[in-house]
Order: sequence, then C-alpha cells, then structure tokens
Amino acid sequence: MTAFFFAACYHGAGMAPLFLEIEGLACRRGGRRVFSSLSFGLAAGELLALTGRNGSGKTTLLRALAGLVRPDAGTVRWQGADVARDIDAWHGRLAWLGHLDGLKGDLTVAENLVVAQRLRGGRPDGLEGALLAFDLGPLAARQVRTLSAGQRRRTALARVAFSAAALWLLDEPLNALDTSAQQGFRSALQAHLAAGGLAIAATHADLGVAGARTLELGSSLSHSGGGA
Amino acid sequence: MMGGFTALLARDLRLVWRQPGDVGVVLAFYVVAVVLFPLGIGPETNVLQRIAAGVLWSAALFAALLSLERLFAADHEDGTLDLLLLAPWPLELAALAKCTSHWIVTGLPLSLLAPVLGVAFGLDGESLLALFATLLIGTPTLSLIGGLAAALTLGARKSGALLALLALPLCVPTLIFGAGAVETLAAGEGLATHLAILGALALVALGTTPWAIAAALRQAGE
Repeated sequence: MTAFFFAACYHGAGMAPLFLEIEGLACRRGGRRVFSSLSFGLAAGELLALTGRNGSGKTTLLRALAGLVRPDAGTVRWQGADVARDIDAWHGRLAWLGHLDGLKGDLTVAENLVVAQRLRGGRPDGLEGALLAFDLGPLAARQVRTLSAGQRRRTALARVAFSAAALWLLDEPLNALDTSAQQGFRSALQAHLAAGGLAIAATHADLGVAGARTLELGSSLSHSGGGA
Repeated sequence: MMGGFTALLARDLRLVWRQPGDVGVVLAFYVVAVVLFPLGIGPETNVLQRIAAGVLWSAALFAALLSLERLFAADHEDGTLDLLLLAPWPLELAALAKCTSHWIVTGLPLSLLAPVLGVAFGLDGESLLALFATLLIGTPTLSLIGGLAAALTLGARKSGALLALLALPLCVPTLIFGAGAVETLAAGEGLATHLAILGALALVALGTTPWAIAAALRQAGE
C-alpha cells in the first residue's frame, strides 16, 4: 500500500493565533493506513476544505478530529490544550454534520433542532432565525420523514448553525442541495467564519469563501486556494 | 449533564408516543405468548398455578427482547447516534437514558399486564401482587442487560438472534429469583429475600452496564 504524505499549509495563519492544531495525526481503517503524519492548523475565522478522491480519508479525518475514531498517533489541540484530556468540553465546541443527517424522522423540523440543541446541553433560543436562514419556516411543523433529501439536508445544516459551536465539522455539506439552498448555506458559513468560528468541510464543490484553505488527501500535494 | 439525560429520555418517549404500534406489538406478543400455555396444557388449575410464574416471567423476558434490537439500531441508522457520541456529557448517562426509556415503555407495562394475565392461571391475589412486585424490580435488569446486548450487536448481521443469545444467559439469575419468589410464597415463605436479591441484581446491572454500553457504542461509532 502506498504511503501517503501530507504537508502542512499554514498559509495566511501567521498573524492570528492558531485555535486548532493538528500534529502528526495518523489513522488506520481495517488494517489499511488511511493517512499519517498529518499536521495543520486553523486560526479563528478560517475554513479548511478537505478534498481528495473517494476513499482518500476525508470522512475518517473528520471523525478522528471529532473523537469518533481513535487516531493511531498524533494530537489534536484546541487553544494549546490536548482535546483528548477533556473530551466532553471538546464535544461542546464542535458541531457535526456526517454523511447521515442525524435527524429523527418522526419528529418535526423544529423539534429536531430543539432536541439536538438540548442534547448539546444548550438552550433552544433563536430557533426562528435558524429556520429562516435555511428557508425552513414553512416546513417547521412537518415531520422530517415526509421531507425530500435536500430539505432534510437543509434541516441538518440548520441544526449545525443553530448549535452556535465554535468549530463546524462538515462531511459533504452541499449534498442534495439545490442552488438557492447552497447559497443559503454559504451565507450561514460566511457568517459563522466572520464571527470568528472555524470550519472544516469535506467537499468537492466550491464553498464560496474567499481565503479558504484546501487540504488534498490521498496525494503528496497540498495547496492553498484563494489567498489571504 | 442531567439536562442532556432528560432531553434524551424525553425525546425517546416522544418517539414512542409518535409510533405507539411498536410498544403495542410487544404487549400483544406478551399476551398471546402467555395465553398459549393454558390453551396448550389444558384447564388443570393446579398444573397452571405451578407453572404460572415461570411462564409469565419467561414470556416477559422474550417480549422485552423483541423491542431491544431497535434500541440503538434506529439511532445508528439515522446518524443521531453520532450526536449522542458527540454530546458534551458522559455517554454512560446516554446509555442509562436509553435503557430507562426502554423500561418505561416495556418493563413497566409488562409488570402491570402480568397480574392481569395471572388470573387466567388461577393465581390468588397475594401471588398476583408478588408477580407484579418481582417484575417491577426485575425488569430494569432486563432492560440494562438487554441494552448491553443491543449495543454489542449493533451493526452485526442477524443482530436480533445474536442479541437474544447474548442477553438470555445473563438474564437467568433474574428469571430464577423472579419466578422463584412467587413459588416460595405458595410454599408459605416470605418474599423479602427474593425481592432483595432481585434488587441487588438490578443494582449490579445499574453499576456496570452503562459503562459497558458506552464502550460498545464508541466501538460501533468507529
């Protein structure tokens, strides 16, 4: 099996202090090395787009960052502290969007958002705004199982935006979204970054954020897109 | 922390409320399974009285297993299990909340239903009360052990059969002391010892299974 190498790309991160630092991260899945010696950092307000072919380890990297997959080596640090030391506090800082939407079909759109927020230990304040941002107002009282795939994805994205977490971990956020919904997501993402939030997204599409950095998995190349 | 626990418990109870058929099937299975015995064995009251506690307890065990397969599988399939794994409070509490909701919608109704069915076996009032008490104290153990089996078999093929194979042997002590209590009552002895042992088994399960379930769920999330 080919060993994959990754270079760090600290483009544009010289000025602001790094919030998130990943050092020497390595993961195996089913005995296969997915990635190793992965290092990068993110400052406040930065977006990192993970690209790479299918099976290059984008999802595994996101799951390892969240703490869902235990990495074989390496550390993830938030503001200088190893996140593994207080995993509950780390979980409180991140919002997760997997390839599954993480919604209950028998609950309504609004109920799903409120329940997810309560499970995070948060208060469901400002629900209207989160629904409006993703044009979910007319769907608020509909049960999720009656929605289309794109409408469910919008609900899942609204859940992420509603969480008010500092770091968004997104796996293919634009899946199944039509153009207007994509635009809505881009605005929400820009607002999150402008407020000093961080985001890491596995995606093939352009997320429309100026100065977004790119990390290509599964190749020796790693480059920065956009520019600071 | 407790906010997350109650939020999860409330969510699961609300989901059951939206799909009451799932609980209805379990209770209907219990009634049908129990009623088969008097029909099959015939109306000899002394035989029925002797086997009543064993039948009502064993059938409760099988009925409780029926709904366990979906306990974590539903969350696993729609991705909400990831949200529980990523909740900023201990996963052990989430495991406990799931088992608690299972007990409320399965163990509790089964405990209430058993004395009613016991009448068909010709049990006297004292025995019916004993049946209710032992099931009330014993069924939480079944939910906790069953929850562990459900978490361990998450994502496995034929998980339902595997779950039963894992959970049933672990539930044997609870079954023995649960069914045995009603028989000791018939022999003219007190219930206290059996109830104390059932309580102790429930406490042991309460003190161990949430951690084991959490570990199994983390493994399934990988």
